[in-house]
Amino acid sequence: MVPLSWYLVFAAALFSIGMFGVLSRRNAVAILLGIELMLNAVNINLAAFWRYGDVRLMTGQVFAIIVFAVAAAEVAVGLALVISVYRNRHTVVADEIDMLKW
Amino acid sequence: MTTETLIWLIPLPPLLAFFLIVLFTNKSKALSHTIGVGAAALSFIGSMVVFVRALGVEHLGESPFESAVNWLPTGDTWFRIGVLIDPLGAAVLFFVAITILMIFLYSVGYHNYGQPAGDHDVKGLPPHGATITDEHGHKHVVPSVEPMYSRFFAFLGLFAFGMYTLVVSDNLLTLFVGWEIMGLCSYLLIGFWYGKPSARDAAVKAFMTTRIGDVFMLLGIAFLYSATGTLTFREIFTEETLHALASTPAWFGMTTSGFIALLLFIGTVGKSAQWPLHVWLPDAMEGPTPVSAMIHAATMVSAGVYAVIRMFPLLTADYTGHGLTVTMSIVAFIGAFTALFAATIAVAQNDIKRVLAYSTISQLGYMIAALGIGAYVAAAFHLITHAFFKALLFLGSGSVIHGMEHGVLHTGNHHVDPQDMYNMGGLRKKMPITFWTFLIGGFALAGFPLVTAGFWSKDEILADAFGHGHLAVFVTLAIAAFLTAFYTMRQITLTFLGEPRTEEAKHAQETPWTMTTPLIVLAFFAVTYGWVGIPEHFPLLGGLVPNWFHEFVGSTLAEHPEAIEFNPIPLLTSIGVAGGGLILGWLYYRNVKSVSEDKFQIPLLKNKYYFDEAYNFLFVKPAYWFAENIVYKFLDKGVIDGILHAFGPFTQGTGSALRNYIDLPVINRAIGDGSAEITYWFGGKLRAIQTGRVQQYLMLALVTFIVIGAALYFFVLA
Repeated sequence: MVPLSWYLVFAAALFSIGMFGVLSRRNAVAILLGIELMLNAVNINLAAFWRYGDVRLMTGQVFAIIVFAVAAAEVAVGLALVISVYRNRHTVVADEIDMLKW
Repeated sequence: MTTETLIWLIPLPPLLAFFLIVLFTNKSKALSHTIGVGAAALSFIGSMVVFVRALGVEHLGESPFESAVNWLPTGDTWFRIGVLIDPLGAAVLFFVAITILMIFLYSVGYHNYGQPAGDHDVKGLPPHGATITDEHGHKHVVPSVEPMYSRFFAFLGLFAFGMYTLVVSDNLLTLFVGWEIMGLCSYLLIGFWYGKPSARDAAVKAFMTTRIGDVFMLLGIAFLYSATGTLTFREIFTEETLHALASTPAWFGMTTSGFIALLLFIGTVGKSAQWPLHVWLPDAMEGPTPVSAMIHAATMVSAGVYAVIRMFPLLTADYTGHGLTVTMSIVAFIGAFTALFAATIAVAQNDIKRVLAYSTISQLGYMIAALGIGAYVAAAFHLITHAFFKALLFLGSGSVIHGMEHGVLHTGNHHVDPQDMYNMGGLRKKMPITFWTFLIGGFALAGFPLVTAGFWSKDEILADAFGHGHLAVFVTLAIAAFLTAFYTMRQITLTFLGEPRTEEAKHAQETPWTMTTPLIVLAFFAVTYGWVGIPEHFPLLGGLVPNWFHEFVGSTLAEHPEAIEFNPIPLLTSIGVAGGGLILGWLYYRNVKSVSEDKFQIPLLKNKYYFDEAYNFLFVKPAYWFAENIVYKFLDKGVIDGILHAFGPFTQGTGSALRNYIDLPVINRAIGDGSAEITYWFGGKLRAIQTGRVQQYLMLALVTFIVIGAALYFFVLA
């Protein structure tokens, strides 16, 4: 059986890639993709801990499913926002959407 | 109902009437006087029932009607108040009830009930008359109803309450409460026509003068309470208490009992208008005539004498029967002196009510003198007979004035004083009922031999004075009695006999039945009440009627006073001065046509020995000066305002210092503005990081997270 640490290292790597994407990409859609990656890294952790912990307790799995659902909703809202911003500003570059400043 | 309960209830109806009239019925004149007279009648009935029951009790002196309740907690004991009707109380209650009822009834007529409202009457002034037009189209001026009719009955009710309380109370404190209620009411009633400056002044004068006496009386009560621990009469008048008081020396060579009695007596001097506090009573004539009768006959001044009679055992506690004690000498002196002094003034007065006022002072002096020489029963007897005939005379004089006012309204000449006897004359034909009753009252006052009550009571005082060897008192009182007869006859002659001296007197009219009925009732008692006290040793008449009064009232005292042996000298003196005074008065004044022919208008007497002027100079002026210069200008303006004025600048200085050195620089600048400036400065600096770029925020959050996480790891976990 694959040791738990492998999963954790994999999830950490995935999370870091996602976070790098969120912080460095200029395209708002790409930032959303990065967020998805980070969420899925978390899901991997949840599933791994469930499998290596007490299998009878379903918490980890349930949690993972809720994260899926939230991620789906988030993407729906996020993409809608991106489209809406694009219609108004003709751009999806995150740095250019800076109306909420002083 | 037990007699005790009934006694408790006697004072209540007039008090209720007072509240009812003041609170509810004062708009309705008819309802108000019905309540007032009804209350007086209820109390009258109650008093008569009590009186009759008291007559039926044997040895009422030893076992009187009494009942008391705990009233005021004094440490671990109670101060008890209650009611007491002993023979003296019953006798006083009898005359008080009758005179009060009569005065209430009389007031209805006196204040012109049933007459139209005046043309231009205002509250606070006597009514001026109303013009009416009869069926033939003639205009008449008729008396108008008193504008403050209801208020008068309310005050009378409160007054009656005070008197009944005083008579039925079994202790000095509630006696004093009744006493003071009457003091207040006398002030209110003398100043009833408060629109007249003279009435206002008279009210204040009466209140202030009696107050002097009352302060001393209160001192006496306090002294008595501290010496004995009780104010209940029957507890004070036990042999042990009296003996203890009489054997403790106090100041000025007096015993404690004598000293207390003297203090209480000063209260009486004020209330019963004895010299030197007599000045308020003649001025009190400014009030309506029923008030004069109320104050001068039935209640207030009698209350003063009643208080001394009540405290007689205390007054005589250290009296051994040989030589008067200091207190008794003072009492006898003041009484006898006042009797003579006031009688001389009365001779020169022309105002019909003022003559009676001085006569009252004089007669009260008689009673006080009688008490001073130990003549207990004689004083009580004269108190009661005097109350009847003096109430009669006052109400009679009111009736005369009323009749004269009729004449004044008829002629329309308002410069004629309806109270001046030199404007009267010949009124016997116009006002027959008033004349005959006034004649009876006047003869009773003068002591007309054998038939009138005044003769028997005055004779008893003279006999007592003579019998106990107080010749100075006897002679003084005899001269006073002569003057009394003289000025009484002068009054009757000038008022009723001869021919009318003015047009107004020709048109005087008899007064309505509400006024004449009280006169007739009081005239009845002014004659018959004397017969209950005829001495047993009196020639011919003695023994025909038992000397009920002496037996009955005398039994109040622990030691039954002995009746005096009969002696013809005081009797002959008494008859001589009364008859002589009456005859001389008639002989002289029937020929006097006008005031300028009156030889007795001596300035000294006319001006009452200048007592008002002297008091004005000695007390009133200095008091005003003291008030003006010391209290107002120095104390109030200088000291108190000075302190207050110093407070102002001091506070202002402190305030501006606080403002300039603390509020403005520290609070406003440093704390108030400073905090805002700091916040503004920080905001200016910090807003540079507010870029609006999501990724920068995230980066910053990440860095912060890492830094805090690292710090936590190193400093906490590791």
